[in-house]
Formats: sequence, structure tokens, C-alpha cells
Amino acid sequence: MRFTALFARVIAIAILFACSVVWRPGDAVAQESLQSVLLPHKAELSDPSRRTIGPVIASLLASDHPAISDFLRKWEAREVYQRPGDGLFFYAEDTGESLTLIDIDTGEAMGQVGSREVDQIKPNAGVRREVAAALVPFELNAPDPARRAEALEAIARSADASQIAPLAASIDSEPDADLKARKHRLLALLTAQFGADKADRLAAIDALSGDTSIEARSVLNQLTARRDAVAQTVPENANIARVLMVGSDITPPEAHDRLVANELAPPRQTATDLRDVLAQHIVDGRVGGVPLHRLNTVENRAIAYEALEAAGTVPPRAAEDEVARAVAAYVFYEEYREPDPDITNAAEAALTATSRMLGIYQTLDLLLDGVSLASIFFLAAIGLAITFGVMGVINMAHGEFIMMGAYTGYVVQLFVPDYTLSLLIALPLAFAVTFGAGVTMERLVIRHLYKRPLETLLATFGISIALQQLAKNIFGTQARPLTAPDWLGGAITLNDIVGISTIRVAIFVLALIFLALLLYILKRTRLGLEVRAVTQNPGMAASMGINPDRINMLTFGLGSGIAGIAGVAIGLYAQVTSEMGANYIVQSFMTVVVGGVGNVWGTLAGASMIGFLQKGIEWFNPSNTLAAQTYMVLFVILFIQVRPKGIVALKGRAAGD
Amino acid sequence: MTTQDTAPDIAPRKSFLAANPSVLWFLGALGLFTLCVSVLAEGFGLPVLSTSMVKILGMTLCLCLIAVAMDVVWGYCGILSLGHFAFFGLGGYAIGMWLMYARTEGIVIDSFENAPIPPTQTEITDAIATQIFGVVGSNDLPALWVFAHSLPLQLAMVVLVPGLLALVFGWLAFRSRVTGVYLSILTQAMTLALSLYLFQNDTGLRGNNGLSGLQNIPGLLDVPQSTLALWFFWASALALGLGYLLFAWLVSGKFGSVIRGIRDNEARVRFLGYHVEHYKLLIFTLTAIVSGLAGALYYPQAGIINPAEIAPIASIYLAVWVAIGGRGRLYGAVIGAAVVSLASSWFTGGGAPNVDLGFYVINWTDWWLVLLGLGFVAVTLFFPRGIGGLFDYLVRAK
Repeated sequence: MRFTALFARVIAIAILFACSVVWRPGDAVAQESLQSVLLPHKAELSDPSRRTIGPVIASLLASDHPAISDFLRKWEAREVYQRPGDGLFFYAEDTGESLTLIDIDTGEAMGQVGSREVDQIKPNAGVRREVAAALVPFELNAPDPARRAEALEAIARSADASQIAPLAASIDSEPDADLKARKHRLLALLTAQFGADKADRLAAIDALSGDTSIEARSVLNQLTARRDAVAQTVPENANIARVLMVGSDITPPEAHDRLVANELAPPRQTATDLRDVLAQHIVDGRVGGVPLHRLNTVENRAIAYEALEAAGTVPPRAAEDEVARAVAAYVFYEEYREPDPDITNAAEAALTATSRMLGIYQTLDLLLDGVSLASIFFLAAIGLAITFGVMGVINMAHGEFIMMGAYTGYVVQLFVPDYTLSLLIALPLAFAVTFGAGVTMERLVIRHLYKRPLETLLATFGISIALQQLAKNIFGTQARPLTAPDWLGGAITLNDIVGISTIRVAIFVLALIFLALLLYILKRTRLGLEVRAVTQNPGMAASMGINPDRINMLTFGLGSGIAGIAGVAIGLYAQVTSEMGANYIVQSFMTVVVGGVGNVWGTLAGASMIGFLQKGIEWFNPSNTLAAQTYMVLFVILFIQVRPKGIVALKGRAAGD
Repeated sequence: MTTQDTAPDIAPRKSFLAANPSVLWFLGALGLFTLCVSVLAEGFGLPVLSTSMVKILGMTLCLCLIAVAMDVVWGYCGILSLGHFAFFGLGGYAIGMWLMYARTEGIVIDSFENAPIPPTQTEITDAIATQIFGVVGSNDLPALWVFAHSLPLQLAMVVLVPGLLALVFGWLAFRSRVTGVYLSILTQAMTLALSLYLFQNDTGLRGNNGLSGLQNIPGLLDVPQSTLALWFFWASALALGLGYLLFAWLVSGKFGSVIRGIRDNEARVRFLGYHVEHYKLLIFTLTAIVSGLAGALYYPQAGIINPAEIAPIASIYLAVWVAIGGRGRLYGAVIGAAVVSLASSWFTGGGAPNVDLGFYVINWTDWWLVLLGLGFVAVTLFFPRGIGGLFDYLVRAK
């Protein structure tokens, strides 16, 4: 009860307040109020139709009232309400149960009303388009830069000739340099497409040549858009792109299909049609005198049909020679949609230049992709290059060390929500975890198998399936996210074609760091010296006071630890699953074998070759990465025939056996 | 290694079987096993073993056969091939093509039965192609299927495709003297390439859908599956028996000595004047062919083949079976394959009871692979002779 009373009071106040606003003539002194500008058109505004609205908008805009474009925008967005009693317009805010009316002149709240007491004005889609088009020039000169940018985007989305003049007019007064450049560019695109003056258009088209942006290419493609056509002779006044030769450019059946589509020839009879027609004319187990059981060849069916044709029971069909005759009577050509040949020639020339630039950029992009894939392979294989390449131990569980590193990163992120910090913690932690795992494995298993390399393969494979299943038991089968920090999330783009995600750049940098670090350790430190000594001649190294057991353990730990760090890096761009390591293991071995065993440079060479080659093969058939991988592996098999010791083969005593 | 000294003299000149009593023992055990399964099978008399159990046993025999082949190539000749399961799969694909084509042909011809006008040959072929390849969005029969209509030709493919692939690959690899772990990696790469190739939809073998419905044998559609299962079981047992005999004979004579020599010291055998490459190539190709035949018997019992079967991991498992069973002993390979594959299906199929530790329940479907992996490490480290070594020990103890 009390609520209703309160509600009634609020409405009463609102109405009083609203009336007081209307009855205040003093406001119109400085300037005519928006309300009064609108009132003469209130009938059309409250129930707009597409046909009648044009002049209304024009006269409203002609009033030059500063708030008129705002009003039209809100009107278009269905935010304007009209009170049925006096036909006044209001903006309103919907507060759920009721509406807060807002005065269109002062912007002040005028109290609350129920949604039944005012009518929302809902212009239909056609009207809203009209309004939007009429508003373009206003929006282009709007004081708010964001609205100007929005207007530019709206023009680019639905370009047409009418926008050229307002756009050109708005350029000089544009204060923002960036927006000015965008306006110039959009004007050039519009001129090329719709310009009234031919010389202007040609100049604009010429300026687009070599421009590889998507907008420029789509403009050029629209200008050179063709349609397939057919006629008895090539028409004189048409802008012909090319005439098609039947047989070479277009097959006779295709040509005939085109005739049929243009209703210039009867459709060909398919084998199914023929069968259906024959089936309708079975008389006493025969069709046209041919017994049914003999109709299982094309020849006999033709004989039967011709018999029916001769008897006049079926219409003649388009046989092969008739198809050929019909096709020969017509010319098939492609015609530009743009009628002016000068324009299309200029556009074609511009397009040629553009596609040349496009080719260069695409090659560049392909090279970047290759580098990034190569660095991923390198990261995955570099640990293996130490354990397999330097020590000669086949570690099938290497992939699982990569997985361990990635899961370490995932677990760290569970505890440390800041991605940058968690990455900084995860990298050394992953190294520590997999270093520990590697050393444990070396102590427990591999140490006993140095004399039996094939059995190392099998034992480490056993460890690999156990670790994989263990990870599945702990983390489940679904992929776990390892989220990159924001500063690694974006992409570095040169233009619309050449671009590379930041994370891949980071992986590349990481690969370079590892290369340098590893070279340093192996060539410049005491540990590296001892590692090389032990791998070349364990007995002699031992007699020089080096402990081969310790060195083997450390070397294996180092290789495994690097696999862990690689795991974090790979996990950042791929998903972390228990099977992620298995995806890299065969490729990693191939990388090491192709590159040449026992040499970090070899691994780099192997990774580069495999990475670039795989991207190169993918380029020929982008839809099929499986095929690229297949040919890649085949190539590796053949390559090893030619260079069994890999790209960088060790010579002399270092080569061992 | 030598069992001759315990063999009793039956004939004046020791025949092959007399010199290798283990072969007779094995064949006897296999015969007894076959007899027991036959009597107990649903399709024959006592319904103790269900049809699916008979199929599993028949498939296990095929796996034993490929394990024997693997043992010859690895345990006797020292080539750790990680590609023999690819040959197995190729054999399966070759027979699967005929099974699928012929069965689809039957269905298509039945569907034309009520058509007013008999179909032309082209119409039949088109309908078959649509039926088989509709799933990968194609209506044409690929060139690969040109022999699929004929059982004899496709049976020839079972032998020729794995044989030729092994011959070419082996020739390339052995010629450039790729040995040891490098050869293993290379064979693994071959397997990977093959499975990646088969995973593609446009290579004419239905991509990752694989070939299916292989358990329905064209022409024998009215024979119940329980009987068919038994027939295939017998065929698998026969194939295993013959294969075992062939390989036992092959490795027992002078040829066997040469390949064991190659395993132990390749360079020395080469210096003795033997063409090591020829021996290796022969063994590699022969075992590949036997693997293909085993696959051709396996997949009609399994009912479906897809590229995942050929993935590199399958070939590694094959090596695991042989190693657990005991290398260099043919019966060891059979024991390893049978024990591990049956145990795998028992544990992962939920047959094994869960172990309640109080604080944690060990669910074998989750933990079997961990157990297998660790067990495998233990076998490699502590029992390099595998389960077969246990038999040697028992025989010698007598």
C-alpha cells in the first residue's frame, strides 16, 4: 500500500516537473530549443517510414542545431521516447521497473515514469540506414576523435559513392594527424572505386599498386571482378577480360553446363536420367526391343533409347555430337563488371604489382615461420644432442622430460598467479626438476647399460610409458593451460601479411641463448672439457683423474634439464598434455641424426633444415600439414642415405667408431 | 644357447626336428592349446569360451607370429627394427581392402536387385566407391583399389606390399651401412611416415576412419561369427605353427650361424667373406612378409584397422614383448607376446581387481602402463634373457 502511494507521488512530481519544463519559455531566448525544432516533424519522427524520412532529416540537419546529430543518433539507437499526451520527446534511462526521463535540451533527469506512459520510438532498419548515412558528415567532424574513427570504419565497411564528398570536405579541418592520414587513405580507396572523374580514379588506382593491405587488395579485386558470360558473338561494347577457348580454358561439358544455365541449350542426359526414362518404357520385359537383362551396358541402353526415339515415344536427347555443336555455336568469355576498359587495365596492372609485393612478403613470412619452427625443433632436440649426440645414450624418455618441464610450469602457475613472476620461477624450477629426474635415471638405469645401447633404448622407453601414464594419472587426460604473460601475448606485425607472434620470437631468442650457453659450457669450461674427454675415451680420461661416473651423471642431468626448460617454452604456445613429449621425440631424434651426432652446430643445422623444409613443403599444400610431415620424414630417410653421418659430420678421431 | 646336447638320438643322422626338440615341444603345446580352445569354444561344443574370447585368443596367436618374426630379426640378426608393426598393418590393409570392397559389392548388387533395369558395371563401381569413400567426401575409387575386387590379387598384395617396402627400405639402409640405434631410428621414421600418410583423408585408404566391418567375410555371411572365429583361430594357429617351423629351421643351420655372427660381430663376418648386407636384407624382407601375413589374419578377427594401429609406439611394444619373453629364443617371443598382450587386455579391460591400500585405491586401468613400463625396465636391467631364460634354466637344471 505504502509503495503504491509513494509511486503515485513520484509520478505526480515527475509530471509536474515535466510540465514546468515545457512551460518555461525563457530557455529559447539564447537559442531555439531542440524540442521546438523537432515539434513540426513530430508525426514523421514518431512513426517514421523510409520513404518520407529523407526530407525530414534534411530539414532537421539544415536547422544547424548543435544537439541535432546527438538526437538523431539516439533516435536511431531507439533511445528516444515520446509522451503521447503532448508529443514531446525525451531520452530515458531504463532502471528496470520504470524509466527515468531525461530532458533532451538540458540533459537533466526529469523524474521517473512507468514504461506504459511514454512510447519508445522504434525506427525500422531502412530508416536507420538513412539516418546513419545522413549522419556521416556530422560524425566525420564530430569533436570526439573516437567517434570520427568510428565513422571512418563505418564508411570502410559499407562504402559507396555518396561518401566521397563529405569525407573530402572533412579532411582539411581534421586536427588529429593519425586520423587525417586515415581519411586520406580512405578517400583514395573510395576514389579508386567510385570516383566520378576518370583521371582522378586512374591516379588513385595507380597509387594503390604495390599496396598489400587487405583493403587495397579488396578494392582492386572488386574493380577487376569478372562475370562469366556467353553469347553468339563477342559483344562490341562490353569490357571483355578474356575469351575462353573451349577445350583448353573450359572443358566442353562445363561450356555446355553454362549454356544450360543460360537456357541456351537443353540439359544433357545423365546416365541416371537415361535409366529412369528407360525404366518408364518397359513393355513385356523389353525396352525398345532390347531385353531387360541386356540393358546392363551403356551401348545397349543407347540402342534401346534410339529405338524409343525412332518410335517417337521419347524426346530426342542431347547426344555427344549435339553437345559439341551447341558449344561450337557460342563464344564463352569473361567480362569485367566495371564497364570502362581503362579503369580495369589500370587495376589489373596495379594488381600485378601488388601480387609481386605480396609474393615477396609471403616469402618473408614463410622464412619467419621456418625460423620459428626450426627454433622449436632446436629447443626440443638440444637436450637430446647432449645425451644422444655427445654421450651416445638413446633416451626415449626425453620427450617425457619436456612434458615434465611443461607440467612444472603449469603447477607453478597454480601457486603464483602473476604470469611473469611464475615464468621466472618456472624456468629454473623446471631445470631443477628434470635435472634431478635425469640424474636419478642415469644412476638407477642408464649407468648399467652403457655397453648395451639398444637396451638403453628399450629401458628408457619403459620409463617413458610409465612417466606418461603417471602424468595422466596425476593431471588427467585433458590439456592443461600454461598461460604466457601479457607482454608475450601479442604479435609483431610488419603489415597484413608478415607477422610473427611474440612468443615465437621469445622461443627463438631462448634457442639462441641455449646455443650460446651450451657452446660455452662444452668449449670453455672445465666441465665441458671433462665431458668431451670422457665421451672420447673414458679410460684415458679416468686415468687423468677425471671421474667418468660423475661426468656422465652431470652431462645427462644437463641434457635433461635443458629438456625441462624447453618444455616450459613449448608449453607456452602448445597445450600441456601427457602426450606432448611423445609428439617431439621422433622429430628430435631425426633432428640430431640429420644434423650430425656429437655436435651442437649439427643439431642447429638439422633443426634449421627440418624446420625450413617442413614449412616449405607446407607452402605447396597449406591445407595438409600431415602430408608435409610425411614427405619430411621420407626426405630425412633419403637424406641419411646420402649423408649417413649427418650434415656436420665429425672427422678424424673425434668421430669415434 | 645350445640345446643339442640334451637331445636324445632317435635317428642315425640327426634330423632337424630331432636336433631341436624345443620345436616339437612347441608344436605339441600349440596343438594341445588349439584342441582345448576348439572343444571349449562356443562355435564348436561346450560354450565355455565366448566368441569374443576365441577372437582374442586367435588375435594373440597372430601377435605371437609377428613376435617370432621380430625375434628372428632382432634376437638372431641384431637389427632392432621399429617398423615391423607397419608391415603387420600393411598386410591388414591389403586384406581389408578386399574384405571391404567385396562386401560392399554384395550390398550394392542387392540394392540393385529390385531396380527395373540391371545396372551397368560403371554404375556398380560408382555405387561401391560412394559407399566406401563417402565418409571422406569422395565418390571415386582411388587407383590404389584397382585390385580390390579380386581375392587372389589382394592376397598377393598381402605378401608383395610389405615385402617390397622392406626390400627397398632395407636395401637403402643396409647398403649405406646404417646400423645399431641409427637403424632403429630410421625404421621408426619409416613407420611414422607411413602412419602420417595413412592418416590423410585423400590417400585412398579412408584416412583415420580406417577400414571397418572386416569381421564380415564376403561369401560366408550366413556362417555365424562363432564358427568364423573358430576358423580364424585355426588358421592363426596353423600360421603360427608353420611360421615357427620355418624360422626354427632357418636359424638352426649354417644360415642361422651366419646371422648370429652378424649380430655378434658384423665386421668380422664381413671379413670372413660373407655378404652381410644380403643376409640382413633377406632376413628383414622375410620377416616383413611374415608380419604382413600375420596382420592379414589378425585384422579380420579385430574387425577394424586404422592408421593408429601403425603408429611407431606399436612397433616399440612389439620389441617390448620380445624382450620380456626373451630374445634369441623363438618360444620366448611367443611367451612374451602372449603374456604381455593378454595381461594388457586383462588389466586395461577392467578384469583385474582394484587394490585398496587404505589411503589410495590402485585402479589397474590407470596403473597398468606404469607397472608395465617399470617391469620392462626391471627385465632389461636384471633379466636380459626374459621369461624364456627361465625355461633355459629349468631345462639345464634337469
